[in-house]
Amino acid sequence: MLTQYSIVGILFLGAMAFGAFTIILSRFLQSHRPYPAKLETYECGMETQGTAWVQFKTSYFLYALVFLIFDIETIFLYPFAVKFQSLGLFAIIEMFIFFIILIIGFWYAWKEGALEWQ
Amino acid sequence: MEFFNKIFVYIAQFIRETLAALGFTPVWVEMGMGTVYLVAILGVCTLAALFYVLWERKLAGYIQYRPGPNRLGPNGWFQTVADAIKLLTKEDIVPCGADKAVHLLAPVFIFVPTVLALAVVPFGEGMAAIDLDLGIFYLIAVTSLSTIPIFMGGWGSNNKYSLLGAMRAVAQMVSYEIPLVFSLLGVVLITGTLQLQGIVEAQSKVWFVFLQPIAFLIFIIAATAETNRAPFDLPEGESELTAGIYTEYSGMKWALFFLAEYCNLFIVSAIGVTVFLGGWQGPFLPSWVWFFIKTHLLFSFFIWIRWTFPRIRVDQLMNFGWKFLVPLSLANVFITGIGVYIYYNGLGW
Repeated sequence: MLTQYSIVGILFLGAMAFGAFTIILSRFLQSHRPYPAKLETYECGMETQGTAWVQFKTSYFLYALVFLIFDIETIFLYPFAVKFQSLGLFAIIEMFIFFIILIIGFWYAWKEGALEWQ
Repeated sequence: MEFFNKIFVYIAQFIRETLAALGFTPVWVEMGMGTVYLVAILGVCTLAALFYVLWERKLAGYIQYRPGPNRLGPNGWFQTVADAIKLLTKEDIVPCGADKAVHLLAPVFIFVPTVLALAVVPFGEGMAAIDLDLGIFYLIAVTSLSTIPIFMGGWGSNNKYSLLGAMRAVAQMVSYEIPLVFSLLGVVLITGTLQLQGIVEAQSKVWFVFLQPIAFLIFIIAATAETNRAPFDLPEGESELTAGIYTEYSGMKWALFFLAEYCNLFIVSAIGVTVFLGGWQGPFLPSWVWFFIKTHLLFSFFIWIRWTFPRIRVDQLMNFGWKFLVPLSLANVFITGIGVYIYYNGLGW
């Protein structure tokens, strides 16, 4: 079990090394002649106005919150789904209650306009 | 027949035995095998990406009633090689306003989720690099990581188009993750296992696409959105955001993003084949040949979608995801649960 996850670690490092290697390799093959106009931030030919690092739109944050709820819920639902067949009637009632609570929450978010794109 | 079916398994076994015979301790043998898997996965990744870049251009050409690339080599089959050499030798420009470290790290990290995801995909009978018990769950966890390098790229460039594209990409990938996860949940309810080999073997009689047609449809739509392809390619919508996230990337860094995009589509096709289309199972031919045939067909289907549908608006995208796909996928899981219960216990309460 632990060796399997150590292979995941090797793959993680290897994938990073692959990206780094190709970038370094291309460093040696390319020409490199920078000048100020080339290094400017692209803005359709105009001179760059200010920075891009500005505040986010709040709708992104609302979507993120709703996503978080659903994503946590999947963490509960997957183990439940694996054991579903051996749990029998208990499981199906449990699922029913779980879904009702979830749907109420979802309905509330919908009603409050968290899912509207403004 | 049996030999060809298992040829890669035998090769892996041979390498493992050779490493053991050379006097390495078991830990180092495992590490060595990890490196072998890494090389194999990177090979599959890059070859698949290079092939499918050309295949998509060819197919797009025929869909639009034009020949596509046809000059270099027989029927233009060397076009990608020429492109790869061009990208490798192209000047790498880092804009002066960029956050240089983040700008550089984004393409380095972009391959990580791709490689990690391919590690558990069963390419054939017994041909998964690591056959985790957590299978699908691991896959979902790992593929959702790909939002991070994309956002790093958008943020690090300090370009308005990049940042807008990155924000859209994250919002879209996060929204369509929910239907994707729920569509796979239906299959888990039926099989009772998360292990991908187990799911493939459970499909020996009937493919899950027939038991879970709605889930398959949801999966296809959500997967198209997850890989940021048309009609969901808002993060890099050329007509409004120049090139979106990739605006400030050039040369090899851009090529890495591009490769990762095609690899991700390959992975999504591979997951679709494994979970819904019977995986490597099929008559006569070796299992891995079947796997690649099915993946190729599903990939071509994604290309067909891309070159057929126009891009949708961002509010349409969010509404469709949250107000249609999420309730539909919830209902699908619920009905599947009831169906599985009735199948195993009958209607007598």
